[in-house]
Amino acid sequence: MSKPLKQIHLAAHFPGVNNTTVWSDPRAGSHIEFSSFTHFARTAERAKFDFLFLAEGLRLREQGGTIYDLDVVGRPDTFTVLAALAAVTERLGLTGTINSTFNEPYEVARQFASLDHLSDGRAAWNVVTSWDAFTGENFRRGGFLPQEDRYSRAREFLTTAHELFDSWQGDEILADRATGAFLRDAKAGSFVHTGKHFDIHGRFNVPRSPQGRPVIFQAGDSEEGREFAAAEADAIFSRHAQREQGQAFYADVKSRLAKYGRRADQLLILPAATFVLGDTEDEARDTAREVRRQQVSGATALKHLEFVWNRDLSAYDPEGPLPEIDPDVDAEHISRGRAQVRMYRDPLATAREWRELAEANKWSIRDLVIETGNRQNFVGTPETVARTIDEYVQADAADGFILVPHITPGGLDEFADKVVPLLQERGVFRADYEGTTLRDHLGLTHPDEARESRAAS
Amino acid sequence: MSPSSPSSPAPLHLAVALDGTGWHPASWREQVARPRDLFTAGYWADLVTEAERGLLDFVTIEDGLGPQSSRLLDPDDRTDQVRGRLDAVLIASRVAPLTRHIGLVPTTVATHTEPFHISKAIATLDYVSTGRAGLRVQITARQNEAAHFGRRTLPRIESYDHTDPATRALITDLFDEAADYVEAVRRLWDSWEDDAEIRDAATGRFVDRDKLHHIDFEGRRFSVRGPSITPRPPQGQPLVAALAHATVPYRLVARAADVGFVTPHDTDRARAIVQEIRAEQEAAGRGADPLHVFADLLVFLDDDPAEARARRARLDDLAGEPHSGDARIFAGSPAELADLLQEFQTAGLSGFRLRPAVAGHDLPAISRGLVPELQRRGAFRTAYEADTLRGLLGLTRPANRYAA
Repeated sequence: MSKPLKQIHLAAHFPGVNNTTVWSDPRAGSHIEFSSFTHFARTAERAKFDFLFLAEGLRLREQGGTIYDLDVVGRPDTFTVLAALAAVTERLGLTGTINSTFNEPYEVARQFASLDHLSDGRAAWNVVTSWDAFTGENFRRGGFLPQEDRYSRAREFLTTAHELFDSWQGDEILADRATGAFLRDAKAGSFVHTGKHFDIHGRFNVPRSPQGRPVIFQAGDSEEGREFAAAEADAIFSRHAQREQGQAFYADVKSRLAKYGRRADQLLILPAATFVLGDTEDEARDTAREVRRQQVSGATALKHLEFVWNRDLSAYDPEGPLPEIDPDVDAEHISRGRAQVRMYRDPLATAREWRELAEANKWSIRDLVIETGNRQNFVGTPETVARTIDEYVQADAADGFILVPHITPGGLDEFADKVVPLLQERGVFRADYEGTTLRDHLGLTHPDEARESRAAS
Repeated sequence: MSPSSPSSPAPLHLAVALDGTGWHPASWREQVARPRDLFTAGYWADLVTEAERGLLDFVTIEDGLGPQSSRLLDPDDRTDQVRGRLDAVLIASRVAPLTRHIGLVPTTVATHTEPFHISKAIATLDYVSTGRAGLRVQITARQNEAAHFGRRTLPRIESYDHTDPATRALITDLFDEAADYVEAVRRLWDSWEDDAEIRDAATGRFVDRDKLHHIDFEGRRFSVRGPSITPRPPQGQPLVAALAHATVPYRLVARAADVGFVTPHDTDRARAIVQEIRAEQEAAGRGADPLHVFADLLVFLDDDPAEARARRARLDDLAGEPHSGDARIFAGSPAELADLLQEFQTAGLSGFRLRPAVAGHDLPAISRGLVPELQRRGAFRTAYEADTLRGLLGLTRPANRYAA
């Protein structure tokens, strides 16, 4: 018997600070006005996507001691814009990255529980960690959290938040006018948490929200990140949107679930993916090439190289050969506030490899950055893209994708109009929402049902 | 002498303070109340829409980092009153796209939250409301709320009364911290100049980094480096408001706020408070800046004044004790309230923040009863005359402190 068709999950990422967005394109609109978010969210909902996703950054990036000025910069507050989007959409899930280092559980739990109430059950939390002193300079807490403690704090943060969400059962509010009893129980919301990072107690003041708890996402790719996701998350954002790498990641993460007493379908794997559509394959490829040229200007290419070399390379010609000097591995990193600082763990090896690549292919600095940088995941006609996405999902390279358009706010429109109907025709994507909450869209059980079924078994 | 002469009344400003089912603790037991809807967006959207129907300047939304309590400084274990509330900033943001003119001023607690977070949150509220955001800053000396955060312990005090030196020191410290908080928030709002985003394709620069500024705020309780992650909001500086009952908080209002809420019980007291705030304003070197002083009043409004008083008595009975709080309680008709407001206004108040005793009853009574009465007297707007909250309050858009 053949395997039943998997249903694809689709989400949309409104690109924040990045060099994905081609801001110089005449079709590019504001990345901060609310009308842009409204347009983007309504397109995603029209296409019956599972959710919209917003990333977060808590300090403007700097490189070489100055604010990085080549990429889109500036973004709204995650919670606030998601709450407003709840007013202009009805079913779309609302997922936000919220840092577990520069926040406190009581406040974040209040905000997520509030967002879940105000959206009738559509809130999701992408739990991320950050530890750097650079970002910490914006906060009371400061940047003192050692790197090795970041997952330990994140785990305890999440555990504590769950204790707060669970401190209300959901049946405490009687509001009985006749007897004058508003609450069934004077102790509703009581909690005590004693741990390494948090020692708090009292009463949580938001009653249980429609989803019980927000859906939990996790985005780390490290060994610790994978374990954290396997233990705690409902979905994982991955970088592995290619077929083989995706399959390897998928198999690895799903194999970790059993030891936490979880089934493979209780954690969705959702890579971020870019796409470029054309009427023909050639047109799509040409457009994709042009998009990459726009994303990687000469100046951007040099900055990217500086990132690995950890040196000022402004004297180099981006259309010329790679520097012959080696990266400076001793100095403090010139780039600050970038999540990718640790991406190149061995800069000397990376530089060597890149020089060889550039020489063999006669690539300039800019060519090299374009060719080795962000891969464009789905390039082709709507038919090709729909088929490829479906094949990847059926081949267990992913459970779906979080699409990142390169134009905001209109970059999702074409996908919604042309690719989604083809996926629906293939019977692998919903024609309409079947439920009202994000848990419904993602096929996740409500925590209360999970608790009841555990209790019954 | 009646101060309500129709020939020369100054227009006054009106806000309503939204809190649960209303400000009377037994308000949830009224038939018109919707206690089971308190945690839905629809409930708040209905209230704010009703206030906008009355052309009010803004709504404030109460908040707190612990359960409501009938005691000033300690939690109680009562089950007969509304307990639990949603985050006020998120409520304001959720209703912003559903309204067009009314200002939205959520409460935020400076004592336990991050100025960086609240700065970008209110800037974002200003974007989602296209220029209608404000923030009402509040402190808390409650030990139970400190225990929810576990970052600091506060010494126990018996009241917010200022005569005891230890109490005075704590309260002064918390208000000084709140002043620092507002200063950091305001600097962050200015940390992007208005034209920082340049999208200069020729040089490949999205922003002009010379127009982005580190704020380098150093206070006793915290420091913030900046710049904000959010560009300067539409109003430049969203509205900052604070409720004040004594000299120390009056000083916060005078130094840091655009609107201060005060609680005089008569006109003489109102005049004294206004004078004290003006003096503090001068002392702080802000004498020339516009600063609104609004009086807070808790209101029971009915066309028949006897009915309003009967309603108050009925709710007090249900609550088991007469309700009293910081603000004067008014029970009467819209015309009587209009008389009172106009009399209070002569003390130098520029507006009022009305606390509906029962939101479902007294808010519509304000928007559909009081407002037309004031309009008849030429004392209140008949249409929204500006697109931003600052505009409604006659405040200009401030220049950026960092711009050359």
